[in-house]
Amino acid sequence: MLAIDLLSWFCLISGGLLGTIGAIGMHRFPDFYTRQHAAGVTDVLSAFLILLGLGLQAGLTLAAFKLLLIFMFLYFTSPGASHAVANAAMHAGLKPMADKQD
Amino acid sequence: MFIAVCLAILVTMSLALARALMGPTVYDRIAAANVFGTKTVLLIAVFAFLSGRMDLLDIALVYALINFISMVAVLRFVKYGEFHSSPDDDKVK
Repeated sequence: MLAIDLLSWFCLISGGLLGTIGAIGMHRFPDFYTRQHAAGVTDVLSAFLILLGLGLQAGLTLAAFKLLLIFMFLYFTSPGASHAVANAAMHAGLKPMADKQD
Repeated sequence: MFIAVCLAILVTMSLALARALMGPTVYDRIAAANVFGTKTVLLIAVFAFLSGRMDLLDIALVYALINFISMVAVLRFVKYGEFHSSPDDDKVK
């Protein structure tokens, strides 16, 4: 029982830290497309860790199933959303920084 | 323990909001709003466990759905400039 609590506590804290690191990354990266990577980190992996930590806390109940549904939805739509933003930005002519140097 | 995660998520949300306010291009703002929305989903989920009321998870799920739809709607609005005109009428762009 203690092992599950420890594991879920570790998942929760690492998810929170990862989210913060990703958010800091969104400020430090120079260009929109690099910031999109940082946003992706906070969106998918820290969500997965936090929801996994909560699921471990909930055990095999309806709440854990709802958490799984939330994660499955986020897992499929977050990449789609960031792809849509990057695609719209590219179509609007927002050049990535790499293009400017050469 | 949950409070620590709540604080971490709030810090992430404030940083994403700061990026949305400072973001030079409109697409930075949209991406930051997307991160903000996803973090709200997580905040509601963690708060559900903090307060012990498990029916909050449904709200988190609905929020995740609406967040994605609003992302696509804002992108479409930014791309076409408005919603009311149907794409097939010939309008001098």
